[in-house]
Amino acid sequence: MNRNISTVAQRSPSALATNKVLRNTYMLLSLTLLFSGLTAGISMFMNMPPMTYLISVIGGMVIAMFVLPRFANSTAGIGIVFLITGLLGFGLGPMLSMYAALPNGGNVITLAFGGTGVIFMGLSAYVLTTRKDFSFLGGFLMVGFLLVLLAAVANIFLAIPAMSLMISAVVIMIMSGFILYDTSRIIHGGETNYVMATIGLYLTIFNIFISLLQILGIMGGDD
Amino acid sequence: MDWMKIVSALALIMFIIFLFPRARDMMKNSPKGSSQDWLSFAIPIAAIILFIALLIQLV
Repeated sequence: MNRNISTVAQRSPSALATNKVLRNTYMLLSLTLLFSGLTAGISMFMNMPPMTYLISVIGGMVIAMFVLPRFANSTAGIGIVFLITGLLGFGLGPMLSMYAALPNGGNVITLAFGGTGVIFMGLSAYVLTTRKDFSFLGGFLMVGFLLVLLAAVANIFLAIPAMSLMISAVVIMIMSGFILYDTSRIIHGGETNYVMATIGLYLTIFNIFISLLQILGIMGGDD
Repeated sequence: MDWMKIVSALALIMFIIFLFPRARDMMKNSPKGSSQDWLSFAIPIAAIILFIALLIQLV
C-alpha cells in the first residue's frame, strides 16, 4: 500500500510577513550603514569643522522625528532614511578626523567600529535564536534614556570626564537593550514597517559607536 | 565654544520634552517582566560589559 504522504511545511502569513520585515530591515540597514560610511569619508576628506556634528545630528533627529513618520509607508520613506543616515554619517566626519589625529586614534576607531558590529550582531543573534519577547523592557529603556539625556545636559556645563565616561557606558547598555527590544518587536509582529525598524536600529548602532569611541578614546589615553 | 554648548543643551532638552509623553505611555502600557525575563536581559548586558572591558584592554 503505497501512499504518497507529502508533508508541506506551511508557514502562517503573519510569520512570512514578519520574516519579510526582518529581511527588508537588515537589507536597508546594511545599505544605510554603507552610505553613512561614505558620507563620513566625504566629510573627513572635506575637513569639515567640529560644529558639523552638532548641526547634522540636530538636522537628522528633526527629520527622523517630524518628517519620517509621515512618509514611512511610502517609497519616499526610504529616501528620507538615506537622507537622515547620510546626514548623521556626514556629522561623524569631524569626530573621526579628531580621533584619527590622536597617537592611538586609528586603533581606537577600528576597535569602536568592530566592537559595535560584534555587539549588534551578538544581540541580534541572541534574540533571533531564543525568540524571547523583550516587550517588557520598553518603559524601563525609555525612562533610562530620558535620565541619561538629563545627565548629558548637566554634563555639557559641568564637563566632568568621569561623568562623561559613565554616561557613555550607560548609553551603550540602554542602546543594547533597545536592540533586544526592537528586534524582538520585529520578530513578534509589533513592528511591521521596515523603514521605522531600520531607523530605530540604525540610531542604536550610531549611539553605541559614538559611546564606544568616547570610552576607548578616554581609556586609551597615554596619561 | 559657548554657543555650541547652549545649542547642544537646548537640543537635548527639546528631545527630552518630545520623548517624555512616549516614555510615560510606555511605562503605563509595557507588560511586566518576570524574574526569568529580567535574567534573560541581564545575561547579554553582562556579556557586553565584559566585552567592553576586553576592548579597553586591547586599546
